[in-house]
Amino acid sequence: MPGNLRVQAISGHSGAAPGSGAQRQERVAKLIDTTTCIGCKACEVACLEWNDLPFRETAFDNTYQTMPQTAWNYWNLIKFNEHTAADGSFHWLMRKDQCMHCADPGCLAACPADNAIVQYQNGIVDFQQEYCIGCQYCVTGCPFNIPRFNPATKKMFKCTLCTDRVSQGLEPACIKACPTGCLHFGTKEDMTALAQTRAQQLRQHTAHTNAGVYDPAGVGGTSVIYVLHDIANPEAYGGLPANPRVPWAVRLWKGPLKWLGNVAMIGGLIGVTLHYLRFGPKKVEEHGK
Amino acid sequence: MENSILRYSLVERVMHWIAAVTYCYVLLTGLAFYSPHLYWIAMVLGGAPTSRFWHPWIAVTFFGVLLWMLRTWAADMRITSVDRAWGKQMKRYIENDDEALPPIDRFNLGQKYFFWAMLFAGFVLLVSGTVLWIPEKLPWSLRDVRYIAVLLHVSSALLTIGAFIIHVYMGTAMVRGGFTSIIRGEVSPAWAKMHHRLWYQRVAGK
Repeated sequence: MPGNLRVQAISGHSGAAPGSGAQRQERVAKLIDTTTCIGCKACEVACLEWNDLPFRETAFDNTYQTMPQTAWNYWNLIKFNEHTAADGSFHWLMRKDQCMHCADPGCLAACPADNAIVQYQNGIVDFQQEYCIGCQYCVTGCPFNIPRFNPATKKMFKCTLCTDRVSQGLEPACIKACPTGCLHFGTKEDMTALAQTRAQQLRQHTAHTNAGVYDPAGVGGTSVIYVLHDIANPEAYGGLPANPRVPWAVRLWKGPLKWLGNVAMIGGLIGVTLHYLRFGPKKVEEHGK
Repeated sequence: MENSILRYSLVERVMHWIAAVTYCYVLLTGLAFYSPHLYWIAMVLGGAPTSRFWHPWIAVTFFGVLLWMLRTWAADMRITSVDRAWGKQMKRYIENDDEALPPIDRFNLGQKYFFWAMLFAGFVLLVSGTVLWIPEKLPWSLRDVRYIAVLLHVSSALLTIGAFIIHVYMGTAMVRGGFTSIIRGEVSPAWAKMHHRLWYQRVAGK
């Protein structure tokens, strides 16, 4: 456990999470104001620098997109989108894409490995690679397409929300590097208030009359929240899902299907035992011997 | 054994036991990933990352043996009118009232159902398991395939577990002589006459 972070929930664990509820910690959040992002990618570089990751090869696709998606060693990527609005006006939409740190994390629900995914009281969801078994169930559980597999080590990686920095009272590296002030870090409460104020300002004083705050309720809210110019169309920002939820199949798989399966397996064992007690074995009578 | 009849050739027995060992490995490691309460099984079998690595490869081996079984037993496993008549009286078989049952060939309807259930479920497990093996290779737009795959994988695995429990119970505790036949390959004429009279008449020539 890095620093003084307190555990809220852990994956693949039978019984209560050790240490949960021992102390109460403020939920933290990262606020990303897409309306003041200039796509400079300083946050990407800061992420690589702090986490000691190499720069990756870029793939030119005739836009400012440096590479199509995040990677196991590239956790933070500006999604760049050339967007034509309904009124015919042209927009460059830039969104910092990384783990959203859901309050109801689908990755953690899907993970079978004890302790491989930890949710801290402050809202950070972090992968513990030493416990990861490389099954990639988190890939299926995540509604944001975030966990990435390293085929060499067979471990999953994603944004840690700089647990090592946050636990020591520092802001995440990406926040520190942002030159326009579009990135903010603080308590979830403060960041939500700041985001609402900014969205209201946009609605009242700019042409973005549909500006709003993205903090999706389907996953219990997130510890990364966005201010968007048009809250009705998050998909335009490089595929930000309009209503993300933990997939129903994961809920069914980890819930009713598991209980039905357990009952069926134990029932089967009891059934054959009862059969033996009631009817016993089939014996062949050896005639003529 | 005196006058004993060869029920399973050496090749058939080897085939059966490769299937048994590979299935048990895949079953145990699969159960470890299925429930946190059974995660300890993976520790016993060399650790969870090791189990995750070998589970799909051993599963492919198991499915290969299922295809080998299909090639070997396709004719014996065909469900006939004799089986359907026997199936109508299966209750008598379950209650050990065997004298009243119509005579059958090499395998009874239950054994045939078991074979086809394992083959069918094995195929579903292979296809859905391939998705679970490399989910990251699927594009995000096809994520529904991952959701269907996890549900199919668990459901068909549970189907095989049910069949497996009955198979092991019948082969060891319930049908005396059955376990010996798959180890040493031989049964007595009386055993053959009682359980598989048509097969007995065919192989004994009377």
